[in-house]
Amino acid sequence: MSLQFILTVTLNGLTLASLYFIVACGFSLIFGLMRTVNMAHGSLYMVGAYVGFAVYDPLYASSAWASQAWLIGIVAGIGAAALVGLIMQVAFLGWMQGQELRQALVTIGLSIIIADQILATFGGNPFRFFAPDMLFGPVEVPIIGRYPVFRLFQVILAIAVGVGLWLLLNKTKLGIIVRAGVDDRQMLAACGINVPLVAATVFALGAGLAGLGGVIGATAQPMSLGVDVRFLLMSLVVVIVGGMGSIGGTALGALLIGLAEQWGQVLFPTYSVILTFVIMATVLAVWPQGLLGRKPT
Amino acid sequence: MIVMSTRRWVMTGIGIAFLMTLPLLLPNFWLVNIFGRALVYGIVALSLTFLAHYGGFVSLAQTMIAGVAGYSVAMMAPTAIPLGDVALPYALAIPLAVLAASFAGAVVGLIAVNTREIYLLMITLALAVGFSLFAQSNITWFNGYEGIRNVVGPEIFGRPFRTPLVFYYTALIVAVLLYLLVLYVVRTPFGLVLQAIRDSDRRTAAIGFHVGLHRVASFALAGFIAGWGGVLITFYNIGITPSSIGLWATVGVLIMAVIGGLGHPLGAFIGALIFAMMDTFASSIIGHDRA
Repeated sequence: MSLQFILTVTLNGLTLASLYFIVACGFSLIFGLMRTVNMAHGSLYMVGAYVGFAVYDPLYASSAWASQAWLIGIVAGIGAAALVGLIMQVAFLGWMQGQELRQALVTIGLSIIIADQILATFGGNPFRFFAPDMLFGPVEVPIIGRYPVFRLFQVILAIAVGVGLWLLLNKTKLGIIVRAGVDDRQMLAACGINVPLVAATVFALGAGLAGLGGVIGATAQPMSLGVDVRFLLMSLVVVIVGGMGSIGGTALGALLIGLAEQWGQVLFPTYSVILTFVIMATVLAVWPQGLLGRKPT
Repeated sequence: MIVMSTRRWVMTGIGIAFLMTLPLLLPNFWLVNIFGRALVYGIVALSLTFLAHYGGFVSLAQTMIAGVAGYSVAMMAPTAIPLGDVALPYALAIPLAVLAASFAGAVVGLIAVNTREIYLLMITLALAVGFSLFAQSNITWFNGYEGIRNVVGPEIFGRPFRTPLVFYYTALIVAVLLYLLVLYVVRTPFGLVLQAIRDSDRRTAAIGFHVGLHRVASFALAGFIAGWGGVLITFYNIGITPSSIGLWATVGVLIMAVIGGLGHPLGAFIGALIFAMMDTFASSIIGHDRA
C-alpha cells in the first residue's frame, strides 16, 4: 500500500465526511433545540436534490443561463427543502412538541409520502449535476496526483458551513435564543420569546442544510431514489457518535464515519457497514452521550 | 402461578377456540394471507409491545432481530436456494435460529443499555437499517440483494408446512404460547422489576436491583419472541430478502404495535390484523392503477 494510495483513500474519506457533516448538522440542530427526531431528514436531502435538478436542468440546456445554472439549482434546492421543512414543523410537529414517539411516527410517515411523490413526479432515473467550469475537472494535488476539484470544494464548503453555524449560534441574538431553548424551553417562552417562531426558523435552517447537502451530493455522485434511507441512517449514526446538538461533535462524528466508510470499503468491502456500527457501539459503551455531547441534566 | 383471573382465562379460552374454528368459516386466502399473516407479524409486534409496555423501551430493532432468526434458518435450511454451507434438518435449524435471535436481542440490549427514550429509538433504528444494508451488500452469507429463496419449512405430520391448515395452526399455536409466555413473565419477579425500571430506574437501582442486567435480559427475551416470528415470517414468504427487514418493514411492525396501543400484548395481534387488512385491501380502494 503506497503512500499515495493511503492519502487518496483518506482524502476520499474526508470529502465524504464533509458531505455527511453538512447534512447531519441540520439534523443535530433540529434535534438539539426541539428534541424532534426528524426521521424525514433523508427525504429533505432528496427533495433538495430533485427540486434543485428540476430547476437546474432546463437552465443548463439553455445557452444564456448555463453558467449560473448550478448556483440557481443550489438556491432552489435549499429553498425547496427549507419550505418542506417549514411546512412539516408548522403543520405537524409544532403542536405535538415533546411527544417523541408520535413525532417519530409522523416524520416516518412523511418520509414515505415524500419518497413516493418524488417517484411519481420525477420518475426513477438517476441523474447528476455538472459543477460550473471553475469547480469542474481534476486538479494537481501533491503526492496524490490528479484529484477532482469539486471534492476539495466540498471540504471548503463544509468548513464554511461549520464556521457559519458556530458564528450563528455563538455570536448572534438568534444563537443565544437557540442555546437558551436547548436548556429550558419553558423559561425561554416566559421571557417573551416567540418559541414556535424560533423553532420554525431552526427547522427551516436545518432542512435547508439538508437541501444544500442534496445538491452537493448529487453533483459529486449520481443521485437516485433510496438515498433518503442511507442519509437518514448516516445522520443518526453521526449524531449518536458525535453527541446531540453539538456542532463540533457532529464534525467529529462525520469525520469518523466518513473515514471508516472509505477505509472499510478498501480493507473489507462487504463488511464495511459493520465497521460503522463497531464505532457506534464502542462510543456508546464508553460515552453514552456521544463524544462531545453534554450529560443530560 | 395465576397468570390471570378465572374470567380472563375463560375469555382467552373462548378467543382461542374461535380462532381454532376459523378454518371452517373462512376461505384459504383469508386464513393464510390475513389471519396467518397477522399472527406471524403480530408475534414480532408482540415483542415490541412487551418491551415498550413493560420495560418502557421502544425498540425499532425487533424486525432486525426477527431478520436474524429468518436469515439463520434460511442459511441452515435443507431446501434453501442457494444452499448454505451447513444444511441442517429443520428440527435443529429452527431452535438454533431462535437462539441466534435471542443472542442478537441481548447484543442490541447491551449496545443500548445506557440509553432511553428517543436515543434508544435512534440507536435501534440505526442498527436495524444498518443490518439490512449489511445483508444487502454481503454475498457470502446473505446472498446480497436477492436474499435466500425456497425456505419452505418443515413437514408437520407428513404434510408440507405451506398447506394452509398446517401454516395457520402452527402460527396460531406459537402465537398463543408466546402470548401466554408474556403474560406469565410480567408477573414473575423479573417482570415486576422490569416494570419498576420503567417507572423509575434510579429507584429500582437504589433498592439493589441490577438495572442493566434486567434490561439486557428483557431484550434477550424480546429477541426470543421476535425470533419465532422471524422464522415463521420466513416460511410464510418462502425465503428472506434484505428489503423484508429494511426500514419499511421495521416501520410496519412499529405501526402494528402502535395501532394496538403499545399496551396489552393482545393489542399487537389486533394491530397486526388491521395492518394486514389495510395492506391487502387499501390498494384496491385507492391507487389501484399503480403496480
